[in-house]
Amino acid sequence: MSTDTMTGSAAGAPSGPARHRTELPSGLRVTQWGVIRSEWLKFWSLRSSLYSVVIAVIGMIGLDCLFAYASVSRYQHERTLHPAEALQFHASDTAMRGYLLVQLVVGVLGVLVVSGEYGTGMIRSSLAAAPKRLPVLWAKAIVLAAIVFVATTVSSFIAYFAVQPILNTQGLGYALTSPGVLRAVFGVGLYATGIGLLGIGLGWIVRHTAGAIASLFGLVLILPSVSELLPDTWQPHIVPYLPSNAGSQLASANPDPTGLAPWTGFGVFCVWIAVAVVLGMVVLRRRDA
Amino acid sequence: MIEARALSKRYGDKVAVNDISFTVKPGVVTGFLGPNGAGKSTTMRLILGLDAPTSGEVTVNGKRYAEHKAPLREVGALLEARAVHTGRSAYNHLLAQALTTGIPRRRVDEVIDLVGLREVARKRAGGFSLGMGQRLGVAAALLGDPATLILDEPVNGLDPDGILWIRNLLRALAAEGRTVFVSSHLMSEMSLTAEHLIVIGKGQLIADTSVTEFIDRASRKAVRVRTPQATQLRDALVGAKVSVTSSEHGVLEVSGLSSKEIGRIACEQAIPLEELVPVQASLEEAFMELTHDAVEYRTENLEGAA
Repeated sequence: MSTDTMTGSAAGAPSGPARHRTELPSGLRVTQWGVIRSEWLKFWSLRSSLYSVVIAVIGMIGLDCLFAYASVSRYQHERTLHPAEALQFHASDTAMRGYLLVQLVVGVLGVLVVSGEYGTGMIRSSLAAAPKRLPVLWAKAIVLAAIVFVATTVSSFIAYFAVQPILNTQGLGYALTSPGVLRAVFGVGLYATGIGLLGIGLGWIVRHTAGAIASLFGLVLILPSVSELLPDTWQPHIVPYLPSNAGSQLASANPDPTGLAPWTGFGVFCVWIAVAVVLGMVVLRRRDA
Repeated sequence: MIEARALSKRYGDKVAVNDISFTVKPGVVTGFLGPNGAGKSTTMRLILGLDAPTSGEVTVNGKRYAEHKAPLREVGALLEARAVHTGRSAYNHLLAQALTTGIPRRRVDEVIDLVGLREVARKRAGGFSLGMGQRLGVAAALLGDPATLILDEPVNGLDPDGILWIRNLLRALAAEGRTVFVSSHLMSEMSLTAEHLIVIGKGQLIADTSVTEFIDRASRKAVRVRTPQATQLRDALVGAKVSVTSSEHGVLEVSGLSSKEIGRIACEQAIPLEELVPVQASLEEAFMELTHDAVEYRTENLEGAA
């Protein structure tokens, strides 16, 4: 081997990395906190996640206002036709429905946080940096849960205050102190966070974006509709326990009387999330990256 | 130092790596050669614990990769050019990697300068050319200033400047006493960069030797002679240890004699020579010869099928 090639100079050719060598602090190690900081940066350094959060916030507030206008006009319509039934009208049920669409945005975001890495090959870099693997799963879950919880809870409260003037044009407004209202407004954030985590769990299990989103929508949207086809005797044992049916009881001021009690339902919902995350852990530990 | 012991990996029925053992030593560039599909990338993934071996074990600097407290400090890897999220900037990609281990920000800036990506560091990695992607991968590998570097096909997609750059970089890193393990299917590139070679084909270890030995071992040393009196010359040269073949009219390939001896004999016999060239097998040929049976995807002979 001649030494001629070694002295050849290319653009940007280093004359030896020794010159660029840095004294890195001693005792460096991978920590859960380090991985969380890394995931935090990863989350905000993608435009898609920023857009998703913005869409979730604006969507929640905007849709709740739209539903509030719809409630008002429906109330006016009902009052003329069925004055007796109009007394039973709960604007809190119909106005704050924006979360039903926002849950999809948040769920997809949860899926993408994981499947986006498998799709691009980034996962290999992530797991090379943290080869024990589970710290990556925890970090992604913690970062997503924190961001989604703050964003959806704040927007749920803003939406509450935004819809009251609209409802009050017909005297339909309700106070935060009315039974179940504070729990429901707060519950929206908890439920949305749960859906985000369900998305993350499915992302680790399925790995492919399309497949994971399909599973999520199947679980959250399609399963409850399909379950209506079950024999009447089975329904009470199955329908209330499906993830979205169980979890969304918390987000409603007047929960479905055939369903589970709000916090019980949310507990069942958490079991679903735990199952998805544990399966995700097993897959992540066992399967080749 | 990388040590593989009886390492095997099976994907379903397919054996990707079959019972290979080798040691990659510090201080030299070790080339990891094999045709496409030979198991090079699989072996590298096994080293980094991305895939679990079916049997056997591989350690880096004495421990399995995942057991290191700060793996990025021990091993820097360029696995594939695309181990990067396309929507993230080069700077944020590197910083995210650095944060996991507590590597300071200034080191991120250093590696960006080192690979010459300063101007595009804030741009999305998805818009990078293959060559820029490789430079980003090299930057990520150098982030933790590791004692061991593993690079899978680093010259892929690089322009001649880039190839020269990576060649010098790898040699400089090895000269500092680091372990440098580079895979390639390009023999010529390895002959210029590596001192030691580990050759695999169809998942089997074929050779673990120095580059010079590798060529010697597989090479037929011969001398090509062009002469208008080929028949007379052949009769004059042929002997117990000398064989002469001819592939073309007026051209002989002589093995067993040096060009000096052939020239002297020709002179004695008054046979004019038009050409007298020692022929040494290139690394390419040596490789082709050794891996002849170990090529995964061979072009089918269509005549038989017709």
